[in-house]
Amino acid sequence: MTTTAATTTGTATATATRRSRPLNVVRSIVRRPASAVAVGFVLLLVFLAIAGPLVSPHDPEVQDLGNRFAGLSSTHLLGTDEFGRDVASRIIQASRIAVTAPLISVGVALLIGLPLGLWAGLRGGVVDAVAGRLADTILSLPALVGALAIVAVLGPGLVNAMLAVGIIFAPGLFRVVRGATLAVAEETFVESAVAIGSSTRRTLWVHILPNIAAPLLVQVTILMGVALLAEASLSFIGLGVQPPDASWGSMLKSAYTNQFDSPFSVVPSGVAMVLTVLAFNTIGDSIRDAVGLRRRT
Amino acid sequence: MTPGPGQLNGAEAAADLRQAADLRQAGEGRQKGDGPQAGEPLLAVKGLTIDLPGGAVQPGLVEDVTFDVHKGRAVALIGESGCGKSLTSMAILGLLPAAVRVTAGSVMFDGVDLLTCSKRQLRRVRGGPVGMVFQEPMSSLNPTMTVGDQIAEVRRLHLGERRSVALKQARELLERVGIPKAEKRLRSYPHEMSGGMQQRVMIAAAIACEPKLLIADEPTTALDVTIQAEILELLRDLRRDLDLAVLLVTHDLGVVADFCDDVVVMYAGHIAERTPVDGLFYEPKHPYSSALLSAVPQSGRARTNLTVISGRVPSAGQFPTGCRFEPRCEHSVDSFCRRPQADTALADDHRTRCGRVAAGELTLKGAVRG
Repeated sequence: MTTTAATTTGTATATATRRSRPLNVVRSIVRRPASAVAVGFVLLLVFLAIAGPLVSPHDPEVQDLGNRFAGLSSTHLLGTDEFGRDVASRIIQASRIAVTAPLISVGVALLIGLPLGLWAGLRGGVVDAVAGRLADTILSLPALVGALAIVAVLGPGLVNAMLAVGIIFAPGLFRVVRGATLAVAEETFVESAVAIGSSTRRTLWVHILPNIAAPLLVQVTILMGVALLAEASLSFIGLGVQPPDASWGSMLKSAYTNQFDSPFSVVPSGVAMVLTVLAFNTIGDSIRDAVGLRRRT
Repeated sequence: MTPGPGQLNGAEAAADLRQAADLRQAGEGRQKGDGPQAGEPLLAVKGLTIDLPGGAVQPGLVEDVTFDVHKGRAVALIGESGCGKSLTSMAILGLLPAAVRVTAGSVMFDGVDLLTCSKRQLRRVRGGPVGMVFQEPMSSLNPTMTVGDQIAEVRRLHLGERRSVALKQARELLERVGIPKAEKRLRSYPHEMSGGMQQRVMIAAAIACEPKLLIADEPTTALDVTIQAEILELLRDLRRDLDLAVLLVTHDLGVVADFCDDVVVMYAGHIAERTPVDGLFYEPKHPYSSALLSAVPQSGRARTNLTVISGRVPSAGQFPTGCRFEPRCEHSVDSFCRRPQADTALADDHRTRCGRVAAGELTLKGAVRG
């Protein structure tokens, strides 16, 4: 026994300096310049979404018809649109939607895909068979067409549009979760969780979920970007955000209609969108690298 | 890796046994179950049969396995890989993979049939009165949970303790299984520990609710030899202190001689022989047991050829219709051994599935003489 004590104290001091894994992941993400900038950008976006009215230079909904399509100036940093509204203020107002819309749709997708995927991965059976076929069916539809059909039933509007996008996302997420769960369920610790009397539900949430967190997080951040684009697309064709609310998609639409009167006005909303999607993807990539998942090309 | 019979580590088996006999004579007695088995067994496995549903493989993977584990006794389940030892041990707690199913038999534990009881009842038994330790400590612990939480979880599930209380108990359990700096170790993650330490943690979790029976599926196979000895020492202490019955699945005849009271020798899904441990080593009553014993490298026999059992265990579905060991048995007699063999009692506690031994035609060689 004394020999064990001696050897184990040796390893104890050697490993005591190591930290828990989640902290390491966060640290390694923030340390990379690209992902640090991306995280900063998303934080800025969240700040604008919350504190928008306090920092926006003008009321985004006040029209000034004598001052349509104004160019860039110190009063209107990004100019004005076809009703003379301040574009910078509208970009800021729309950032609220840029943050909430992906949250709604990814939230819906998680609500549907996560429990089903976990259950199907661990237990298989009827749930796996039914949910799997359903997922195949939804995935065989072009995503936007599917979303259009759902919005046609629910009616236009931001929440309905994002619900639709969430439903479209659910099968992909289901597949990712199911696959990851299948792999983890092979591990003995899942069996030993069952062997200490853990129920299926507890095994799934306490023992399996933390172990599939890495691929899940990657998928979620990338879906956030895709959701933003989906929102913009639906708003562009008038099924998402309804006026007078601003969304980058609806702004892009009006800028597109008026591009001969004001060629510059496609730039602000377009750039905002590109940067945001890029930020989400960069974060997704660096989570993937930080947790050591293989890049699939 | 499929350890063949040649790898059965029993080099010290003979020596251990001799030592044990000496100790007993000296009146010290080893820490083994005392006296004859009396009363109701703690665990009674009867006619356990495990099949692959669909009938693709007939007869089943495990057929008609019957044995008892009495309170405070250690029973070994031995045999080559693929003989159904692990399946049998997993079936007890209903941990079989989804593809295979128990099609007959009963597993009575403390008056409850674990094969037919409700899921809730089974959950209460798992980790409560029956603890389980697996072969691979490295993959048996959840990498995303601290060691303390994993031990505490057992108490929280079964005794409804609050986390803080359960963690305090987990600390004591860690100390109990010989982990130094237990307080600090509670917050460690499994990857920060060595294999031996991880196995100690597994054992701590398995005994967290003071079980009556511990099922250990090759608990030392994945560990270094020195660590193996320490883990066995720990299990021995726990048996003494908690009056714990142990069902030990193992390849290691040395461990059997050293640790167990009774032995169940399995071959190709059948029980070949069932006996108290001395019976196996002194007078094996099945050619397979005898062959296993002679396949153990022994000291004092340097530069001689190691006896091996030729061939390999038939896979399920290709079992011979007669005695399943017949194709590999050096004592086989065609006409007789090609017929199915019945499980026969030779004495109260000694059974064999070899008809020739049962009929008195055959006397087999043990590992220990005199």
